[in-house]
Amino acid sequence: MKKYIIRRLLQLLPILLGITLLSFLLMNMGTADVIDVMENNTGGALSEEEKDVLRAELGLDRPILEQYVIWLGKIVRGDMGESFVSGQPVSAMFVSKLPATICLTITSILLTVLLSIPLGILSAVKQNRLTDYIIRFLSFIGNSLPNFFVSLLLIYFFSLKLNLLPVMGNHAGWKSVILPTLTLALSMASRYTRQVRATVLEELNKDYVQGARARGVGEKRILYFSVLRASMLTIVTLLALSIGSLLGGTAIVESIFMWDGVGKMAVDAITMRDYPVIQVYVIWMAIIYVCVNLFTDMIYHYLDPRIRLGQEDA
Amino acid sequence: MTEKQKITIRKQKVVKDHTKRKMIIFGALAVGVVLTAVFAPYLVPYDPYEQDLGSALLPPGGAHLLGTDRYGRDMLSRVIMGSRSTVFSALLLVLVITGIGSTVGIICGFHGGKLDSFLMRLSDVFLAFPGMVFAIAVASVMRGGIMNAVVALACISWPKYARIARSQVLTIKSTPYMAAAKLSGSGTLQMIFKHIVPNIAGTVVVTAVLDIGTMIMEIAGLSFLGLGATPPTAEWGSMMSNGRSMLQTSPWVILAPGTTIFLTVMIFNLAGDTVRDILDPRQRGR
Repeated sequence: MKKYIIRRLLQLLPILLGITLLSFLLMNMGTADVIDVMENNTGGALSEEEKDVLRAELGLDRPILEQYVIWLGKIVRGDMGESFVSGQPVSAMFVSKLPATICLTITSILLTVLLSIPLGILSAVKQNRLTDYIIRFLSFIGNSLPNFFVSLLLIYFFSLKLNLLPVMGNHAGWKSVILPTLTLALSMASRYTRQVRATVLEELNKDYVQGARARGVGEKRILYFSVLRASMLTIVTLLALSIGSLLGGTAIVESIFMWDGVGKMAVDAITMRDYPVIQVYVIWMAIIYVCVNLFTDMIYHYLDPRIRLGQEDA
Repeated sequence: MTEKQKITIRKQKVVKDHTKRKMIIFGALAVGVVLTAVFAPYLVPYDPYEQDLGSALLPPGGAHLLGTDRYGRDMLSRVIMGSRSTVFSALLLVLVITGIGSTVGIICGFHGGKLDSFLMRLSDVFLAFPGMVFAIAVASVMRGGIMNAVVALACISWPKYARIARSQVLTIKSTPYMAAAKLSGSGTLQMIFKHIVPNIAGTVVVTAVLDIGTMIMEIAGLSFLGLGATPPTAEWGSMMSNGRSMLQTSPWVILAPGTTIFLTVMIFNLAGDTVRDILDPRQRGR
């Protein structure tokens, strides 16, 4: 297990390097000339000589790989540059907006779990019966609805027609979190219900279930003590892996509901061409995602006795 | 015992016929959507770009079946015309990522060695970005335009196909018939095109067809954020984004393109599921 953890952490290094290199190159491709953008944003006119001095100051006249290494050094020390628009350090901006996004992510995951695990199990147990068809049909609909349409529909019905919930912002207490959570959880739960169903079904079709039935063990006992225990591992892993789509999906939903998180920050930055802000968003989201995946993998390896007790270096 | 066998056999037959009928219905619907996109200019009742401020924001019914938007443009015409940008770019996108992804996957799986580990590490990096996040970054750097949205989504989607193709190739490589082909003197290209491609095609096609719906949603999503099609182009995502402020007074401006996206995605998803049932019967009913 120890060996495994160390190996996985070492594998993380090239990925992190790749993430940063890719984001760096991408943003360099985007800004034809940072100085010109700054000039436009601040509104001041600069002469070509002044621009050259600024370029040298920012290290923009050096070869691109050298720029990358310098930039990487700064990132490691937590300095990711300043916003073109507000002049604030982007790391601080990101950190201040992150809690709102994490809060939304957690409520969405909770709702997803509450909806899809019972529904998925029910659907598997009642395979090819009416309940199963209804659940599958609903999850199919949820899967085909883009989240921006869902959010607008929810706003229309709950805020504009029924006047029950606030339209936007995260300042109205618990009520404001309901609609964005519903939007995110709906699409995630639809996909996830199907995965839970498939996992439980696979487990139900294994030989030991038939064996238990033959020995006269009750259906409920088989389900709760054997099948669910065996499938929980896969179910939890799949849930953790779906966090990636959630992190990406929050951007649209946050900007529709004016939820003041990192996703909205990034979308706002796009309109302003505020590249450092987009960069900090992309890099941190990728790092969070990679870490979540790594953590999931480790937990999976730890929880699976076949791997934990089997070969030590699996 | 014989009685029971008969019953099981009958049951299987029913399921099989079902799949065929489903394929015909959903296949026809999917083809219908594509044909609508192809013949969109001939199907629209009005010019989707012609503004008529006198008849702005008319509710559905009468001369305008789905109402009009704030510039008095006919919603039905715009929705039909919008199928061009959204559906075409989604199909193009799926085609491109399938092509690039499976080519990379086949090369990696077949060649192995340093090239394989390099390309796989590269795909690791792309997979490390959570879906839309990277697409948003790419699209924002390239400044709008539906083709740029396609490129952005292609960047993040090809590794999945490379992974699938590679793992399939690795399995096939160790089969006896590949050894036999090698022994009988088949060249590399011959082995790839005669033995590997036909054997991985099923899985790749199923993945690709199932991806069309998702890609339609993601393209529309990027356009919704202003990173895909730019106004006045009729595109479902950007139509919805433009109609946001009129949600309270004229919801049809949102409902028409939204429902169209929903139905289109559903048709492609249903068709995809059915294709999977046919090509990969083990997965049936999942």
